[in-house]
Amino acid sequence: MNSNVLISVSLIYVAFLFLVAFGADKRARAGRGAWLHAPIVYTLSLSIYCTAWTFYGAVGYAARSGLEFVTIYLGPTLVMVGWWWILRRLVRIGRAQRITSVADLISSRYGKSNLLGVIVTALAVIGTTPYIALQLQSVTLSLAVFNAHEPGAEVRLSTAPATALWVAMGLAVFTVMFGTRNLDVNERHHGVVTAIAVEAIVKLVALLAVGVFVVWGIAGGPADVARIIEASPISDWQINGGRWASLTFLSAAAFLTLPRMFQVLVVENVDEKQLATASWAFPLYLFLMSLFVIPIAAVGLTRLPAGANPDLFVLTVPLAEGRDGLAMLSFLGGFSSATSMVIVAAIALSTMVSNHIVMPVWLSLRQGGASMSGDVRNAVLLSRRVSIGVVLALGYLYYRFSGGGAALAAIGLISFTGIAQVLPAMLGGIFWRGATRVGAAAGLIAGFAVWAYALFLPSFGEAIFPAQVMADGPLGLAWLRPQALFGISGLDPVVHALIWSLTINTMLFFGFSLLSFPTPLERLQGAQFVNVFEHSQPGRGWARGAAEAEDLLIMAQRIMGGAEAQELFRAQAAAQGKSGYLPDTTPEFLQRLERELSGSVGAATAHAMVGQIVGGAAVSVEDLMAVADETQQMLEYSSQLEAKSEELARTARKLGEANAKLTQLSIQKDAFLSQISHELRTPMTSIRAFSEILRDGPPDAGAQQKFAGIIQDEATRLTRLLDDLLDLSVLEAGQVTLNIQRDSLRAVIDQAVAAAGTAGDGRLLEIRRDPAREEVTIRTDTDRLAQVFINLIANARKYCDAAQPKLTIWVSRQEGRLVVDFVDNGAGIPAEAQAVIFEKFSRLSDQQKAGGAGLGLAICREIMDKLGGAIAYLPGQGGAAFRVTLPADRARSGNSG
Amino acid sequence: MAKRIVIVEDEPNIVEAISFILSRDGWEVTTHANGETAAAAVRAARPDALLLDVMLPGRSGYEILRELRADPDLAALPVLMLTARGQKKDRALADELGATRFMTKPFSNAELLAALAEITADGA
Repeated sequence: MNSNVLISVSLIYVAFLFLVAFGADKRARAGRGAWLHAPIVYTLSLSIYCTAWTFYGAVGYAARSGLEFVTIYLGPTLVMVGWWWILRRLVRIGRAQRITSVADLISSRYGKSNLLGVIVTALAVIGTTPYIALQLQSVTLSLAVFNAHEPGAEVRLSTAPATALWVAMGLAVFTVMFGTRNLDVNERHHGVVTAIAVEAIVKLVALLAVGVFVVWGIAGGPADVARIIEASPISDWQINGGRWASLTFLSAAAFLTLPRMFQVLVVENVDEKQLATASWAFPLYLFLMSLFVIPIAAVGLTRLPAGANPDLFVLTVPLAEGRDGLAMLSFLGGFSSATSMVIVAAIALSTMVSNHIVMPVWLSLRQGGASMSGDVRNAVLLSRRVSIGVVLALGYLYYRFSGGGAALAAIGLISFTGIAQVLPAMLGGIFWRGATRVGAAAGLIAGFAVWAYALFLPSFGEAIFPAQVMADGPLGLAWLRPQALFGISGLDPVVHALIWSLTINTMLFFGFSLLSFPTPLERLQGAQFVNVFEHSQPGRGWARGAAEAEDLLIMAQRIMGGAEAQELFRAQAAAQGKSGYLPDTTPEFLQRLERELSGSVGAATAHAMVGQIVGGAAVSVEDLMAVADETQQMLEYSSQLEAKSEELARTARKLGEANAKLTQLSIQKDAFLSQISHELRTPMTSIRAFSEILRDGPPDAGAQQKFAGIIQDEATRLTRLLDDLLDLSVLEAGQVTLNIQRDSLRAVIDQAVAAAGTAGDGRLLEIRRDPAREEVTIRTDTDRLAQVFINLIANARKYCDAAQPKLTIWVSRQEGRLVVDFVDNGAGIPAEAQAVIFEKFSRLSDQQKAGGAGLGLAICREIMDKLGGAIAYLPGQGGAAFRVTLPADRARSGNSG
Repeated sequence: MAKRIVIVEDEPNIVEAISFILSRDGWEVTTHANGETAAAAVRAARPDALLLDVMLPGRSGYEILRELRADPDLAALPVLMLTARGQKKDRALADELGATRFMTKPFSNAELLAALAEITADGA
């Protein structure tokens, strides 16, 4: 057959797959893809388990090892039939926690540990790369078989290295197109899944067709085939119980932990009910896939020349029989097996690489918040696309440089064993709350190391792993021989590596889990995972479309307000060509809704709310934290507003107080000016009146004398008033220069008594003193102090109403301070007036007696204030009594006497 | 018969000056210095005019005026109010309470006599 025809058919087939994927994506986005979610599509998508390794390799495996190939199908069958409850738990957790990959599962379970995410991602990439290489190799090999046109001849891979490159690039384009079209909340890829389902049918039909041809076309029916099998070496193979059990377990473990299987089993699952169908339909599919393996192997062994590659019997048997059409179908089956595996694996791996390696690095470099804003979306998409390219490039490079000599099945088992290291952390994580991050990391790293040392690195051969180490162990340590660890030799290398790696892995996992203490987030996540059925609802089918939209509308109305929400829904429905208020819940609509809602409640909250209604996802801890963050920000904002309004209120209060004070001051100033006006105008009135009288013509000499005297008195009074006012204003303004000097208190009082005596009106005032007590040296402005004393003595002289006025001046110490009391024997000052006597113009009795403007005591208070002392009225002394307290630091005890 | 006037004022020098001027002008002058008893004194004296100071010890001139105006017999008594506080609001208050005339200290003697002549002319 012409290879051009083959390539054309392949291209047409690929184009057909593109169409299928494109159509399915379009229908899914339009919300009209109910059939896409049929359980049968889900079941068929699981068939990516059957890669080119099983399509071609199973026959080769059977030709080499008889029925042992069945173990590869037995594991998944046991999981689907017997362990479906594990699957159900995984699916429920995957939905509830919005798990995107097996690395995400492990990382999320153990407190969002990025370290674990990175470990699992590394494990997955390292374990899957050879597997992808294997698929590329199988496609290349099968093409080469056609090219060689010599059925059964040894096929040289180097004849078509470019083929593998083209295949890898084509797959990369397909995967990027359908795997990273958009960022679905649930990481679901309807187009890809549908294309894979189609490929699943193609490969089943192809294998069945070859089988039917072999049984009824070449051999003479089942009985004849049984005879051929009986005669072939296949019937001679002994069943090795340990290896059987190990391989069955290994394939079961791989079925759960392989990134691509996790992708289709958990991530792409849209309805838990699909599992029920898959639990019988997928084993049936596997049964059909394996039905004709032994017959094809047996017939191939008998019909083809010895040395023909049994891994290619599925192709070479029809070719040898001249059935080019069947061979073509068979080729397409193998092609489907390879491509579907590569596509899904690339999607799964790129998700892991992007989420656990690229994005954390990008976000930490960016130092920004991790909101799902536009630029982050674009970054995620870009990193996914680049990751897909990188994964496929790695596969291609591995294919180019590994030499491709190993049998297909061997690579598959090595890969299985590597990825199976995730099993203890996975199962422990979903069933045992005591599992911790430290335990998971220790188990994973140890298991990974043992696998790499005992199985993976030795598989490269001597180029990487010296034969001497293989034979004698590193540094001659025999117990460290890679394939005979701890002295246990004689085991099959895969079984040996599987037992050791998983045993050490599990022991460390449990040991470290018991010894370490989980963080609060880990404990929370642990509870969420282990008790997933208490915390979440089963996923809903897509039949709920309208109900979903209604739920969304109800929620939106609560958040955005009725009219606005209804308008949004109506407009969106109209844009979709629907009338009414319930648009289809397409990703575009959901994004729009999220955006609208996030204006009111924040992006994380909106995302969680929409996700819960549409995806049936429980609100994850991550969501809650994001929501809490937002709430915190809103609280901070509102408390800032509150603080601001409080500040405003405080400012307003202060302004009010200031205003009241100003008003008070203004009133006081008015009162003061009014007082001054009065005090000035009163003497002026007398002066003017009498001077006019004198001018008009003096009445008589006596009156003239008297009036002139009055004029003089009033002029003096005016002058004194002005002096007092000036004095007071200087004191109040604080512009006084104090003339501090040292003197005896007695001298100061002497000076005051002398001055006050001369200013009197002739009334006798007896002053009593004890000069001995006054012999104290003081250091102050003695002139100012004397002024205070003069005022007090003058007041006593003016106001003391006793028949024989007496004033006692008494010096003493009160609480360590020197005080001078001035006590007269008059009626004293009424209690209600005592509070105001130190205010300006608070003269109590009539003008005649006062002879002043009522500023004296106000001046005294100001002076004592400035000197650092005090003056106060002293009640209860019999007469008017004033106490002058001298400044503390300036009072010095002098020599008494 | 000479007209009678009561002077209610607490500043002795001012009382002396006004008494002299009014006596010289032919008034029969009675003086009173205490705010509290001033109203009773006026009622008893039944003068032809009253010269009332605002700032008085015991009771302000305004209150005395209010009391006098409340008495129907004295409602028409010509009252010349004197004050050393010549602010607008003082004048307004005096007008409101029914002062016949309001003068600010200091004043010229001629002014005082003219004002008194004016406010007592009608009733004479």
